[in-house]
Amino acid sequence: MPKDHGIGASPKRREDVRFLTGKGQYTDDINVHGQTYVHFLRSDVAHAKINKVDTSAASKMPGVVAIFTGEDFAAIGGLPCGWQVTDKHGQPMLEPKHPVLAHGKVRHVGDPIAAVVAETKEQARDAAEAIELDLTELPAVIDMKEAVKGGALVHDDIGSNLCYDWGFVEDNKAAVEEAIKNAAHVTTLELVNNRLVANPMEPRVAVGDYNAATGDHTLYTTSQNPHVIRLLMGAFVLGIPEHKLRVVAPDVGGGFGTKIFHYAEEAFCTFAAKAVGRPVKWTASRSEAFMSDAHGRDHVTKIELALDKDNNFTAVRTETYANMGAYLSTFAPSVPTWLHGTLMAGNYKTPVIYVNVKAVFTTTVPVDAYRGAGRPEATFQLERVIDKAARELGVDPIALRRQNFITQFPYATPVAVEYDTGDYHATMDKLEEIADIKGFAARRKASEAKGRLRGLGVNCYIEACGIAPSNLVGQLGARAGLYESATVRVNATGGIVVMTGSHSHGQGHETTFPQVIAEMIGIDESMVEIVHGDTSKVPMGMGTYGSRSLAVGGSAMVRAAEKVIKKAKKIAAHLLEASDADIELKNGKFTVAGTDKSVDWGGVTLAAYVPHNYPLTDLEPGLEETAFYDPSNFTYPAGAYACEVEVDPETGKVTIERFSAADDFGNIINPMVVDGQVHGGIGQGIGQALLESCVYDANGQLQSGSYMDYAMPRADDLVFYNVDHSCQTPCTHNPLGVKGCGEAGAIGSPPAVVNAVIDALQSAGSKVTHIDMPMSPSRVWAAMNQ
Amino acid sequence: MTQVTMTVNGRAMSGDVEGRTLLVEFLRNSARLTGTHVGCDTSQCGACVVHVDGKAVKSCTMFAVEADGADVRTVEGMANADGSLGAIQQAFQDYHGLQCGFCTPGMIMSAAALLKDNPKPTETEVRHYLEGNICRCTGYHNIVKAILAASGQDVSAIAAE
Repeated sequence: MPKDHGIGASPKRREDVRFLTGKGQYTDDINVHGQTYVHFLRSDVAHAKINKVDTSAASKMPGVVAIFTGEDFAAIGGLPCGWQVTDKHGQPMLEPKHPVLAHGKVRHVGDPIAAVVAETKEQARDAAEAIELDLTELPAVIDMKEAVKGGALVHDDIGSNLCYDWGFVEDNKAAVEEAIKNAAHVTTLELVNNRLVANPMEPRVAVGDYNAATGDHTLYTTSQNPHVIRLLMGAFVLGIPEHKLRVVAPDVGGGFGTKIFHYAEEAFCTFAAKAVGRPVKWTASRSEAFMSDAHGRDHVTKIELALDKDNNFTAVRTETYANMGAYLSTFAPSVPTWLHGTLMAGNYKTPVIYVNVKAVFTTTVPVDAYRGAGRPEATFQLERVIDKAARELGVDPIALRRQNFITQFPYATPVAVEYDTGDYHATMDKLEEIADIKGFAARRKASEAKGRLRGLGVNCYIEACGIAPSNLVGQLGARAGLYESATVRVNATGGIVVMTGSHSHGQGHETTFPQVIAEMIGIDESMVEIVHGDTSKVPMGMGTYGSRSLAVGGSAMVRAAEKVIKKAKKIAAHLLEASDADIELKNGKFTVAGTDKSVDWGGVTLAAYVPHNYPLTDLEPGLEETAFYDPSNFTYPAGAYACEVEVDPETGKVTIERFSAADDFGNIINPMVVDGQVHGGIGQGIGQALLESCVYDANGQLQSGSYMDYAMPRADDLVFYNVDHSCQTPCTHNPLGVKGCGEAGAIGSPPAVVNAVIDALQSAGSKVTHIDMPMSPSRVWAAMNQ
Repeated sequence: MTQVTMTVNGRAMSGDVEGRTLLVEFLRNSARLTGTHVGCDTSQCGACVVHVDGKAVKSCTMFAVEADGADVRTVEGMANADGSLGAIQQAFQDYHGLQCGFCTPGMIMSAAALLKDNPKPTETEVRHYLEGNICRCTGYHNIVKAILAASGQDVSAIAAE
């Protein structure tokens, strides 16, 4: 019998009722009395000098309240970058200014030049069309390898388009060269990890409000981390102290990373609300989202895998060009470095590894974390090169992987991280079972009988979630701590409110976090409510990204609940006239061990707030505790994925036939929610592999700027997935033994799809060894017919 | 400005609109029914699907004046009379067919239109029908499953082959 409550159960999500009945409150559903609307006039060219922005005609248009340009922000701070990477020479990365509104130059299509505030959205848009721009176009900077050789500069004042040239681990470089020189076999692969747009279905929205009587600012925004926005915008852009700035991220319609970052529109609406004396609202159109939300991936990589005569991996060397876009988005520098280089060992005991990353400025939208952030890029190249090596050596790709698996834990990789736990053979065994690998040959025959090629692709992945600890990430360049906080407030009648710094934008925390509290105390989940997403209600929060909510935010909640229980036991001991060491809490009842003397949860909570019979000299009344949890290590979910495709040899069209995922997420709180997270990640990973691509032409025009051009995965592109998380090696260093599950699907699935397509093509005698994503019919057909 | 009047979820709603005002803008701003969402500007995502005179319509692709006099149903009108979740809504909750909830109103309205025309659709038919509704969270697995379940079909074997 599956559990019906507490940890390990799958209660229906309580947040669903409001979403299913149209009663959710997303940021665009919020309207503040007297609000105005802002429309941003955005650059339609990639790169230009701004000679003049003439707003004289526009300012006379009906309904216009005010028009702002870059000049108005010249004396105000720019958008900050939250991570400083140090290059291979020990020098800090180049860090250009990022103005709220473009000043002097525009640097990508979509760069905001002016902002029109008007009585209605339509009036703001109409007036923006009347602004006269005098621009001198400059050459677009698009190709990363060309950009670092010279030519036009994205930022003239920093003197180079090379943000940093990072070597990791620099001390291993000579040993890697030696190992490659001495290898029995070296497999080399050059590939592109295609640029993607995160595309949460809710476009970004910001509403700024200012109370002149109190000096209080409020920002409603579509964010994964309202406290981070409060700090970045308050301290670095607008100079507003935290106690005068409230940031609210209510129901948020998906994030996938792109709603982590602090954006110009948030700062603008907050600033302008005070400047015009009325609330200011901005709602992105999808077209605006494509040219202003931070993009993801966009790596160009060469990877070499060295093997000895027995097919043991002896070294890995990579060289990657990583696109930063026109400005450094909030966490952009960390993605191709610390979230990518540190995962290059994968699931394998490769003794020496060297990773080189050149981060490059281009005249494109900034690139930052998107679901997986660095780890999909690491996994893709490693799992592709292993597959290629297996084919070159004529060995079974699963056997080659198994032979090189790490089997002893903890395991210190040569790329600076220590895996606490795992069992990669177990997840591969499980995968072989659920994917019915043995039955593949028969299925291939059946496909061939229909005139289709069938391929099987298998790969492993490991990722690092819950980035930590703060003192380490500080040494690596993070300008923030990466703890989480939670307050557990017990009310007099026993109900509990948990204020968590984690933010749910689809993950289901309102349902899953109470499962943990209910289990700890032995009460019904309906007695626990979760509050998140409002800096005026939650003491502090670093937010939700990097699959950290449960591992870090959940751990903080457990620590706070432990403090609550400790105090509650003291109260119970007083009421029962016993020693607190003898008090046991089970099923919501405090009992003196070995006796039938007991008091229930409600009796203790009432005593805490009506302290008539209470140890007032030793204990404060009330029952509320806060904890901050700073993890001692990442968590390392891992697994094995299998994809089966059919390829139509006439058209090159690839269809997904089967997809199986065996994941090890450690302990599981809510299996239904975990399955859903994996499904969604796989959908995005298959989207990357087959459909999605953000394309700029040589002039820097965004050619995939709407859903007419950017191929989002749709229901009929996908299949039912077979997912399993029964292999569980609990995390050894957090209180729940949990890992993270939010990004695994997107990390693990792209190589499985590409490996499957290559397998299908080679089954028909093709010599093709790689096809870049997305594997559109034209690319596959061209590869087959080259 | 033109005055339009329509019946929304059984109640008469009136408002002054511009010629360019979209039906979704009327529903969200004039009727204050914010359950219907806008996820794109090219009639692709389907977050704005409502029923107009019984037919599924992308309300971002219809002017409010075109709906003058029409009978409109939105996600706010899909619960049972006693306020409990309707059968499709209930299936979405039972099978975890939503995560962030933003595409959900459009999914519910499309699913209702599908099941009205085709009460026992196959998996392929469901997937094909949902081509005009984009979800970024679920990979569609549980949405398709929920719609099949709402049609009364047994979904217990799905993905356990």
